[in-house]
Amino acid sequence: MDRLGFFDKIGYAHSLAGTNWRFASLRELLAKASPLRSGDLLAGVAACSAAERVAAQCALAEVPLRQFLSEAVVPYEQDDVTRLCIDTHDFAAFAPVAHFTVGDFRNWLLGPAADTPALTVLAPGLLPEMVAAVSKLMRLQDLILVARKCSVITRFRNTVGLPGHLAVRLQPNHPTDDLRGIAAATLDGLLLGSGDAVIGINPAGDDLQTFIGLWQMLDELIQRYEIPTQSCVLTHVTQQLRGIEAGAPVDLVFQSIGGTEATNASFGVTLSLLQEAREAALSLGRGTVGNHVMYFETGQGSALSANAHHDVDQQTIEARAYGVARHFQPFLVNSVVGFIGPEYLYDGKQIIRAGLEDHFCGKLLGVPHGVDICHTTHAEADFDDMDTLLTLLGTAGVNFIMGIPGADDVMLNYQSTSFHDALYVRELLGLKRAPEFAQWLEGVQLAGRDGRLLPATAEHPLLSMMTPRKHP
Amino acid sequence: MSELVRSLRTFTAARIGLQAAGQSLATREILQLAQDHALARDAVHATFDTEQLRAELVAMGHTVHEVQSLAADRATYLRRPDFGRQLSPETTTSLAAHWASIQAPGSPPPAVVVVIADGLSAAAPVAHAAALLRELSALARRRWTSVPVVLARQARVALGDAVGAALKARLVLVLIGERPGMSAHDSLGAYLTYAPHPGRTDAERNCVSNIRPQGLGYAQAAHHLHWLVEQALTRGVTGIELKDESGVGPLHIGAPPANIGA
Repeated sequence: MDRLGFFDKIGYAHSLAGTNWRFASLRELLAKASPLRSGDLLAGVAACSAAERVAAQCALAEVPLRQFLSEAVVPYEQDDVTRLCIDTHDFAAFAPVAHFTVGDFRNWLLGPAADTPALTVLAPGLLPEMVAAVSKLMRLQDLILVARKCSVITRFRNTVGLPGHLAVRLQPNHPTDDLRGIAAATLDGLLLGSGDAVIGINPAGDDLQTFIGLWQMLDELIQRYEIPTQSCVLTHVTQQLRGIEAGAPVDLVFQSIGGTEATNASFGVTLSLLQEAREAALSLGRGTVGNHVMYFETGQGSALSANAHHDVDQQTIEARAYGVARHFQPFLVNSVVGFIGPEYLYDGKQIIRAGLEDHFCGKLLGVPHGVDICHTTHAEADFDDMDTLLTLLGTAGVNFIMGIPGADDVMLNYQSTSFHDALYVRELLGLKRAPEFAQWLEGVQLAGRDGRLLPATAEHPLLSMMTPRKHP
Repeated sequence: MSELVRSLRTFTAARIGLQAAGQSLATREILQLAQDHALARDAVHATFDTEQLRAELVAMGHTVHEVQSLAADRATYLRRPDFGRQLSPETTTSLAAHWASIQAPGSPPPAVVVVIADGLSAAAPVAHAAALLRELSALARRRWTSVPVVLARQARVALGDAVGAALKARLVLVLIGERPGMSAHDSLGAYLTYAPHPGRTDAERNCVSNIRPQGLGYAQAAHHLHWLVEQALTRGVTGIELKDESGVGPLHIGAPPANIGA
């Protein structure tokens, strides 16, 4: 405890080329050590120079992991995310790394002792801030290599996250929630072998009756063709609770979440509301091979945009969002990495790094992590950057990505990954679909045993989904 | 098969039924995506050419004044949304002077002021703002014909709050270029704020988006806006407490406000 007291008194420091850099708190140290991104500049928490940044990284490498248990970046008394993470921290699981500094921890993660079973057991012993800290000392190759050793497998009607597998969320959005338009995009995705992670619609409107129509259409589709997958309508969690009350066939419950209590308040949610939603979804008993029922989305910068960041850097806050997510045993957690715009992640370089950090942090914390590899037209990024991040995340073992016709979401107006992008990364890296879904594709003769697509004929039964089934 | 799926494009603007080469996209598809991306990228960085718009608005009977946000250039604008929400010191002064010069002494402040802003697509206000105001004038001549107009460069939605407060307007209507997407790079968004002043939040505004001939047409957008403006002035509120019940068909919501670069 002497050592902890030492840090409390003088903060953190490192000398570099004759300058002694000082950092008053762990919060400041983490922010200054974070690789450059526009959101931290906007928040005024970033290092002022490359020298200050690397000095912070050097000082951070010397901080014992135990320090994170006694020095919260957002005060325990003020924030229920801090309380959740501290109160549920598994000290026994933490024991194998308890004597490490952040720098030691990086070395250990890269070594042979940190194999898949060891990392799985370790996850509940790690706080989000420990994971964020070590990521700041890592280059992209480290983020990829360690994430690939982590395995987080989840089940609902199929199994997502098995090693050597990659799932795809089929995202058939339409600007007016037109059922035929959504069905047409869904058909396109299924014919191209996408949709094992979830068929998930972002609705344009905010009307419960519209949502119920969407849930019913997807449920009928899944039942009619016996597709081993799950549906989701990505509206506010309260609307999904109303849908469940009204008897709508809700598979996964979605919510955007953040890494502070105030961020979650800006999304209109509390931890108890998320718990209530999870219990409501579980009560329907709609999973067949498992009971992971939650789907969360996150993204660096959401806390700052809600002015709820407590002067913490955006990557550390993002890792705290995964601390929230894992508590609810989700089926999917998706970092929508380039969606928020250039004031948070300015260009392709920043988006690529952030995507790999998020995936690493999520996996190390035990979260079933996928990434919406995306950009907006006002960021300095293009499809080459998306290809780079897709290829890197494929090698890192990402659980799932998005599938959107031509990568162009005509409702949300941003560029993500396409059904064809998924085919590319499968072909390149030999990544398989969720096994239940792969078996279905083979059974309906849309893919061969090797997973490659087969040419569908104009008589293929799936095409009849564009004509509504006649009720007796 | 891709041709068959392509025929379903009657139901959606989504890029379904793309032609493949192997399992990748065929050359013609890659080039089409590249073209649409390029147009959207250029739209983000285009300069707000106000000359023709100003002439049109003056001919329609509006007084027109130009202001600039604190963001001096596009690079700053994209990195500092907070700058895009504030008037530059010079234009704060010039706006006050302009307003004093056109106001008869002792006359009341305007009920409505219109701010036409470049936002993330300067092409959108140039293409659609005057046509939309013309439709509004056709609906309610007295309300709209001589409404003061302020053209704003490097502006976010909330710059309207500063302009509205400077003119002591009861309500500000901001017509602003939405973030360009690959399928539409000149969509106009319209934001209404009652009792504008710096510090208003997005929850205190009403929004009508995707205004363009291929999206929400001028006439229909004008109906929604006119209804919302009259209701806002009567009830003294905008935002979540004012739901669109104009009864002119469902509102075409192109993208949530979070995407518009507010």
